[in-house]
Amino acid sequence: MAALSSYTMSSSTPAFSFQQAPQTSSAAGGTTQHSFYPYTDNGGSTLGISGDTFTIIAGDTRSTSGYNINTRHAPKLFRIGGDGPTHKNARIVLSVVGFAADGHALQERLDTLVKLYRYQHGKDISVHACAQRLSHILYGKRFFPYYVTAILGGIDEEGKGALYSYDPVGSYEREYCRAAGAAASLIMPFLDNQVNLKNQYEPEAAQGLHKPQLVAKPLDRKTTEELVRDAFTSAVERHIEVGDGLQMMVITKDGIEEIVSPLKQD
Amino acid sequence: MDHFPQAWGRPRDDIYGSYNPSYLPHNKGGYQAHPNGQPNTHTQSPIVTGTSVIAIKFKSGVVIAADNLASYGSLARFTDVKRLKPFNKKAVVGFGGDVSDMQYLDRLLSSLDVQENYRSGSSGHGDEEAENRAMMSAKNLHTYLSKVMYKRRTDFNPLWNALLVAGLDEKSTPFLAFADLLGTTYSSPTLATGFGAHLAQPIMRRAVPDEEASQNLEREKAVEVVKQCMKVLFYRDARSMNVYSMAVIDENGVDLKEDIKLEAESWAFAEGIKGYGTQTV
Repeated sequence: MAALSSYTMSSSTPAFSFQQAPQTSSAAGGTTQHSFYPYTDNGGSTLGISGDTFTIIAGDTRSTSGYNINTRHAPKLFRIGGDGPTHKNARIVLSVVGFAADGHALQERLDTLVKLYRYQHGKDISVHACAQRLSHILYGKRFFPYYVTAILGGIDEEGKGALYSYDPVGSYEREYCRAAGAAASLIMPFLDNQVNLKNQYEPEAAQGLHKPQLVAKPLDRKTTEELVRDAFTSAVERHIEVGDGLQMMVITKDGIEEIVSPLKQD
Repeated sequence: MDHFPQAWGRPRDDIYGSYNPSYLPHNKGGYQAHPNGQPNTHTQSPIVTGTSVIAIKFKSGVVIAADNLASYGSLARFTDVKRLKPFNKKAVVGFGGDVSDMQYLDRLLSSLDVQENYRSGSSGHGDEEAENRAMMSAKNLHTYLSKVMYKRRTDFNPLWNALLVAGLDEKSTPFLAFADLLGTTYSSPTLATGFGAHLAQPIMRRAVPDEEASQNLEREKAVEVVKQCMKVLFYRDARSMNVYSMAVIDENGVDLKEDIKLEAESWAFAEGIKGYGTQTV
């Protein structure tokens, strides 16, 4: 084994047993391009409206890639927290639209954290705290974002409906209504008009140029459900990525009620 | 034991020059991974590929099929590559996309299966029912695979596959789901990857439009539809072949056939096609 010592490597100045410099892939000096794009758009749309005693979050169940329909039943609404894998007694709902794989990962992380909160603090997380936590999760991936638009709904500490909307990197805000996803540009103006009563004026009170705005009031549950249905049936007519099924979750102090109804499959 | 080249005894430095250390690990003086100070590169595109995988859920199980061809671009390179991999009695995975990544995943699944069998402590005698309950279901397997796929895409080092997991879930009801290189997952009574999404999916959806229809579907009918789809794919997908594998998974286990020949091929129908196919005169 003494002979081994003569076979030392010269790590500082590498020598080669062949009289040729090593070949590298980019002899021209150009940089290699990454052609893998880690995102895709799975289409679909979601919307949320909060009322005085409830919050409704809804989403269609179609999943697409390009012009293909992957499946007619891919839920975009997830219960957060509660007990075990069935989320028994959960009071918070997350909706995610955009890149479905990121949406799933996000949902799983938030659910774990909310369950962990209960384990560590001995009480359920408030929607307010959960909303802020979700913002932090999203911002934590600021430079490789979860490519999703999230809407979070629940009941706040005063018993009122709470709704939070997000952008992919965690900017968030509490609102009364929000549409997201492929048909957001079709649904949001409808909601502005019907929920926040934008561009609606007192019919009788017009005097000259003075037109008093109608003041928005929280809607009742039946009206809200009807608005959601109308919003989606209309979006289905004009957007090819929306359709197949409508999943609605109504959150009240008594729990979460899930309603799944059909939409057009064309 | 020192297994590095300088311990091999030859080639001798004084005759051949010293060994090229660039291939060694970094702590031994290797520098190959960064030839020009450039970053590591991963798979940027698939090389040897398999085409579509198709599957249908029926009353008591799932039928899944894929042909036996591995293409190198447009060259039909390997004609005896089995792309359906049985995992256990409850699950089969069908792979489309890169074949080397399929073989990597197959090795991964083999080791997972070994681990699982040690963990459940199957003694080989007695309590078959308990053993059956502890066995990983197709649903478990799909969750595992989709997490592997999502992790790899997040690392920018994707496994270039689209795969279908077919079998039975923990309640022994039929299970079928998809996962791909981006970590995208979804489930449906009929699924197809690649060209099959365009050509086979419409045929399968005509036979099985929804979950209810698949719960009323007989095994024979499901097999017949899959066979019809494999024929259409052979007719119209240029990267396909007329020999294919088909597996039926139900409560009796996996019934896998790996060299089924396409039956009654005939281009006679082509004579009647005018224009885009809707034209009658």
